[in-house]
Amino acid sequence: MLPTRDQKVWMYETMLVSRYFEETIEAIYLEGKKPVFNMAKGPIPGEMHLSNGQEPCAVGVCAHLTPKDVVTSTHRPHHVAIAKGVDLKRMAAEIFGKKTGLSGGRGGHMHIFDPDVNFSCSGIIGQGMGPAVGAALSRKLQGKEGVAVAYIGEGAANQGAFHEALNLAAVWKLPVIFVVEDNAWGISVAKATSTAVPNNAMRAQAYGMPGHLIPGNDPIAIYSAAGEAIARARSGGGPTLLDIETDRLAGHFMGDAEAYRPKGELDALRARDPIPALARRLQAEDGLSDDDNGAIMARARGRVDEAIKFARESDYPAPEEALDKVFA
Amino acid sequence: MSSVAAAAVNERRLTIARAMAESIAQEMRIDPRVFVMGEDVGPLGGVFGNTRGLFDEFGAERVRDTPISETAFMGAAVGAASDGMRPIVELMFVDFFGVCFDAIYNSMAKNTYFSGGTVKVPVVLMTSTGGGYSDAGQHSQCLYGTFAHLPGMKVVAPSNAYDAKGLMTTAIRDENPVIYMYHKGLQGMGWLGTEPAATVNVPEESYTIPFGKAAIVREGKDVTIVGVAMGVHNALKAAEKLATQGVSAEVVDLRTLVPLDRETVFASVAKTGKLIVVDEDYQSYGMTGEIIASIVERDLSVLKAAPQRVAYPDIPIPFTRPMEQFALPNPEKIIEAYEKMKGRRGWRWM
Ligand SMILES: Cc1ncc(C[n+]2csc(CCOP(=O)(O)OP(=O)(O)O)c2C)c(N)n1
Repeated sequence: MLPTRDQKVWMYETMLVSRYFEETIEAIYLEGKKPVFNMAKGPIPGEMHLSNGQEPCAVGVCAHLTPKDVVTSTHRPHHVAIAKGVDLKRMAAEIFGKKTGLSGGRGGHMHIFDPDVNFSCSGIIGQGMGPAVGAALSRKLQGKEGVAVAYIGEGAANQGAFHEALNLAAVWKLPVIFVVEDNAWGISVAKATSTAVPNNAMRAQAYGMPGHLIPGNDPIAIYSAAGEAIARARSGGGPTLLDIETDRLAGHFMGDAEAYRPKGELDALRARDPIPALARRLQAEDGLSDDDNGAIMARARGRVDEAIKFARESDYPAPEEALDKVFA
Repeated sequence: MSSVAAAAVNERRLTIARAMAESIAQEMRIDPRVFVMGEDVGPLGGVFGNTRGLFDEFGAERVRDTPISETAFMGAAVGAASDGMRPIVELMFVDFFGVCFDAIYNSMAKNTYFSGGTVKVPVVLMTSTGGGYSDAGQHSQCLYGTFAHLPGMKVVAPSNAYDAKGLMTTAIRDENPVIYMYHKGLQGMGWLGTEPAATVNVPEESYTIPFGKAAIVREGKDVTIVGVAMGVHNALKAAEKLATQGVSAEVVDLRTLVPLDRETVFASVAKTGKLIVVDEDYQSYGMTGEIIASIVERDLSVLKAAPQRVAYPDIPIPFTRPMEQFALPNPEKIIEAYEKMKGRRGWRWM
């Protein structure tokens, strides 16, 4: 299954939106945190896990989804949220802790909830997996259309929740797709020192489901594999695991000195940045002109600027609102 | 050593993070059974700095980076401890307890009892607590009460580096499971913002601080303020302000929640007649209620006013700064609590 030109352009533009978003958040995050870096300071306090480099995982899968499909994501959620169609303005406002944010500022960057497009995430490693299985079960029980996609990092594949969720989804033959974003690092711990098998696609076999290893951080290859997996799930064929080799171009979180990275690794990863790579392909294979490219970039930039402006200009919630919304 | 050099050594100031690492290193040097495992405790030295230097000195065999598999490695700590080792296991944030709670709640804390005392589980479970820097509700909790409620586990929560070192040494030598809860805002990690008063003089030589012995960190006669960890610093700041209003506050640092030094708290309240308990953990069913109960159960007549608590409201911890700062205990809230007691009648006038 290959993407049409329009789908490729959508993937490209969405990756650009995501990257611009992260770059803008990065710059604003550092406001008030120089010369002394203190997470508590500035317009965006707290932890910040950027997704630079991992955009192909988001767009290649989400290109096949509608707002009705369910996605659960991780502590590194922005790229997936953007590809799933989460309201960018309200997501930005949430990250800034504003009243207009998706959760009125209660959740922040690791707790993005947008029920309009069935998106959620959790800061606890592996804990999006059970809920994705449950959403798929609910669709099956209600006879409602839609599949569920659970995103995790490769580090999360060593959590008990991963193994239990895979088995449960398979034994009940549920419409779930498990997407492993393998960026080779869990904070400072390299995959090879934490994971007993060379890749996580192999683990799918133990739970009776197909597992596909997708090297190259290539949105088109991801698109193809995800298309088959999602079609299979939609037609009642049960779950699939997609193991995507991707690159984390930023630190684990903002402020990470990354001393654990081998020398030269980051430069090598940056040299194979998936966004310019897709632009080159679009130009070579799909006749994307410089003008088209410029227009796409401007549109992407415009969306991000608009969202950030909205977030910046929104008010903070009243402090006492902290006491609301504990119960429905 | 000249007296000048001795004074310089005595004035060595350490952060809690360094004090913890120093205690662990000293115990590892004398006891080959002690080893450390957890996420990012190896070359990185712990996200919160409390294992820094250990990997270089002791190597990968005794300072083990784990996969993100808390269920397995927490269970492994139980098994290794029962088999003659003395594991120090790190749960990066206490909020992650959920994925390994069975190993803690149903095995680590209970196996000694279940076995009629024939099995020992000498684990030190180190874990970070606390918020204040907008990390939201899965990375900012204290959960002191959750662990203190559980029979079979000792609970340590230091407020400064001197105590941190001595309590860690005691924890490692204890024959029982000890949860050692260090507050991120006291750790001395600049990137989290840090309470400077937690960084204090720490002797280089090894020493222990007994569990169940609270410290009177400020003497006073008008009101007793009880807390642990960050709560102690809030209490001290409130006491400082109260002093300018002519109120003399006594501040009690519990240091360990289990065992709990009810005697020291009672003696202090018997002297002052007024009690405020400060806690960054949720208010209901927690430490504040327990401390107040321990006075009320024993002798209501020592109270000159209804006791007050300054704790975290019963809400998940919000991300946004205005909401989080609104919810957190602080010195102003402690002073307000004192003001409330002024107008109220206590037992003696009832
Ligand atoms: C249960 C649990 N354990 C530990 C953590 C701390 N933690 C946050 S991110 C992370 C690394 C995750 O690695 P991976 O799953 O590969 O995702 P990545 O960060 O590389 O995107 C860890 C250990 C957590 N949030 N939850």
